[in-house]
Amino acid sequence: MNFEHVAGKERGKITLYALSTCIWCKRTRELLTALGVSFDYIYVDLLKGEDRTKAIEQVKHYNPSTSFPTLVIGDKSIVGFREKEIREAIG
Amino acid sequence: MNENFSEPNDSEVDELYARLDREAKQGGYFLNPDVEFVKGLVRGLLINERRYGYRACPCRLAADDKQQDLDIICPCYYRDADLSEFGACYCALYVSAAVLKGEKEPSCIPERRQPFMGRAAKPGSSGASPDAAPVKLSVPVWRCLVCGYLCGRERPPEVCPICKAGRERFERFI
Ligand code: SF4
Repeated sequence: MNFEHVAGKERGKITLYALSTCIWCKRTRELLTALGVSFDYIYVDLLKGEDRTKAIEQVKHYNPSTSFPTLVIGDKSIVGFREKEIREAIG
Repeated sequence: MNENFSEPNDSEVDELYARLDREAKQGGYFLNPDVEFVKGLVRGLLINERRYGYRACPCRLAADDKQQDLDIICPCYYRDADLSEFGACYCALYVSAAVLKGEKEPSCIPERRQPFMGRAAKPGSSGASPDAAPVKLSVPVWRCLVCGYLCGRERPPEVCPICKAGRERFERFI
């Protein structure tokens, strides 16, 4: 699975599972970029075969409803574009 | 899945946007007044239409199988419930009158759709079985699973006159 890496300030491991067509996902990505933190993201809808299955499993682990965006910050997960929570979690 | 599609251009986005806006108004629905936000979603709908062959919800992961995704073709089966409860559909493409008037802000809302394993074969289905009909009807009654429109006729309409859902998204109600 190839995550896209966005360079920035180190705030621990931040992973964003997103869909390429979803505007809330886009807003989440933009917020992380604006906050200037280092993070990895992946568009699950663009994956195929094993990569897709693997990514879905990872999302499900944090968020049983497998909805997007699912943002994983360390061992905490935030489902949906929840600006306040995301800002707080990143600090 | 078709991966070799051309990206929708701005005029295609504008065209579908205008159509959805017109159809929403005709049916008593409203698009989100944030035009740029909506155009982003409309682009997603066009991409999904090219990719899967149907306009799957841009904010949900499609299964690339129309039968499995019948509930999340836009407008989805969850729109009306989310509009009543949260003032917006899951993507915030459609909003309630209160949000339109600026009395309420649309925000991201919880996913109403059940994960695949927990979903009924026909999501949203609540129709009685035809045998349970309390009265003898001269024609069956069909219910649109998207907006609840009911009609009595031999077969469901090809397109729902209210929300434009296709015939395959009707269930026999009575
Ligand atoms: S109506 Fe349903 S399918 Fe259409 S954009 Fe809204 S949430 Fe997605």
